[in-house]
Amino acid sequence: MRGRVKPVTTIAIIFFLTSAIAPLFVSSWATLFALILAKGVVVLGIILLLQAGQVSFGHAMFFATGAYTAAFWSKYIGGGEIVLFIALGGITSAIVGLIVGLFVVRYREIFFGMLNLAFSMVLWSLLEKMFHYTNGADGIRVPRPALLGFSFTPENFQYVILYMCLLIAIGAFYGVQRYLDSPLGHMLRAIKSNETRLEYLGTSARRVLLVGYVVSAFLGGIGGTLVAIIQQIATPEFGYWTKSGEFVFIAILGGSAHAFGAFAGAAMFECVRFYAAAHLADSWQLILGVVLIVIILYAPNGLIGLRQRYGQARQGGH
Amino acid sequence: MAKVLLSAKGIKIRFGGVVAADGIDLDVLEGENLAIIGPNGAGKTTFLNISTGYLRPQAGTVTFLGQDITARLPRTITRLGIARAFQIPQLFLDQTVMENMLIAAASRRGRPSGFQALSTLSESPEMERLLDLVNVRSYAARKARELPEGQRKLVDIALALALKPKLLLMDEPTSGVASSEKLDIMDILTTALAKEKVTSVFVEHDMDMVERYAHRVAVWNVGKIQKLGTPAEVLADPKVREQVIGI
Repeated sequence: MRGRVKPVTTIAIIFFLTSAIAPLFVSSWATLFALILAKGVVVLGIILLLQAGQVSFGHAMFFATGAYTAAFWSKYIGGGEIVLFIALGGITSAIVGLIVGLFVVRYREIFFGMLNLAFSMVLWSLLEKMFHYTNGADGIRVPRPALLGFSFTPENFQYVILYMCLLIAIGAFYGVQRYLDSPLGHMLRAIKSNETRLEYLGTSARRVLLVGYVVSAFLGGIGGTLVAIIQQIATPEFGYWTKSGEFVFIAILGGSAHAFGAFAGAAMFECVRFYAAAHLADSWQLILGVVLIVIILYAPNGLIGLRQRYGQARQGGH
Repeated sequence: MAKVLLSAKGIKIRFGGVVAADGIDLDVLEGENLAIIGPNGAGKTTFLNISTGYLRPQAGTVTFLGQDITARLPRTITRLGIARAFQIPQLFLDQTVMENMLIAAASRRGRPSGFQALSTLSESPEMERLLDLVNVRSYAARKARELPEGQRKLVDIALALALKPKLLLMDEPTSGVASSEKLDIMDILTTALAKEKVTSVFVEHDMDMVERYAHRVAVWNVGKIQKLGTPAEVLADPKVREQVIGI
């Protein structure tokens, strides 16, 4: 096990180092990498639930909860602070995750996915319709917040938020990988293979899933807060079902066998979008679609699965 | 007189027209191996399902060490000390045998950690010893999916033993296993049970196994206990021989 994990960890370290250094040379990459890292954090949450064999088609609700926590603070209280936003975004989403989770962990598979979708659409409509509070589809602006009392120029701020994202991404990556290796993480995987046995060992599968769900919501909220700060706006689109689909898409693209899949997938996704959108304007989704088809057909375990497959082929060649 | 561990009184349940339990009274005594035999559909597995909380009886009560456990949740009953092994082994197929065992250990301990690595649990040596006891230690690092059926059965039982149960309920521990291996498996099993001081109830079809390993036998027939006694007594009963064993 350990021997198999190590190369992925090496790639992860290279990736995080690249995110730290590359944007120093190409400034347009600062925002690109910040987005990759922030979305990677959200997708870590999807990967957690995938361990239990459950796909949430509504995780954008936590993404939006995190984003709107920052937005409401800016609109009604004013005076933004990155650390505060992130803490509040995470906590609020975790609370929402607990409430929604109490309902959804009673269901499995398609029912789990659809119930999540339903909850997320309720949130989306609220954000869209309660115009007086949310500005409807226009969304709420999130002015550049300060960091520990220091404010920054736009040029510097993109690096501030990049390194903030990097710090959180590394923390979340480490935490999730530990979680996956822990008894709770293994129990999450046990839900996928044999829930009956888990119950007959004296453990409540629902509670195991609920813990995973709340952690997942927490990560979604933090990611959402970060993206709202990066893009300086929160709109109902953050909570729309296509956003949820995007996170699931990234998780499948990257692979769910290891926490790094979240970042591998997010990097692929955002880079294709960044460059394809520049050259093909409206048809970047077409390229992403083709990429996903290729992945599903030739690398069903995602990008990180490719490495494993290659590694095995090499071993077999001896 | 040995202490009564599990006590069923007046258990009744029917599924549509099928009577699976029609006034079952049975006491399981501490330290014994009690075999349940009977024709297919007599309600043997149903009794296990009721005793572990998987099914709620329409009438009657089940008590365990004096505590009413009728229709409590399987996991609550498990935590009280009744473990179960299944006719078709129920393992976590994507995880290694050792991981399976450690999940059981973490489960027994309660409040599983989300940060400490599973492989570093202090119960590791104990779980290895249990795997050794049921003779599957050499498979510890293999994925459960890769194991042959006989070994899966033993791991299934090891998982149950990992909970340190007072009582183990087993549904046909030797079914699906080649007849040449049956004796081996039962030998391993009964030795392990005696060593761990676990009382057991097992459903069995093979009369040789019952004769060899059971202290008492309960004969099920259409939801009733037709006869209860030592293997010799039961096998001597002409009615049992005719209706259940078919000689």
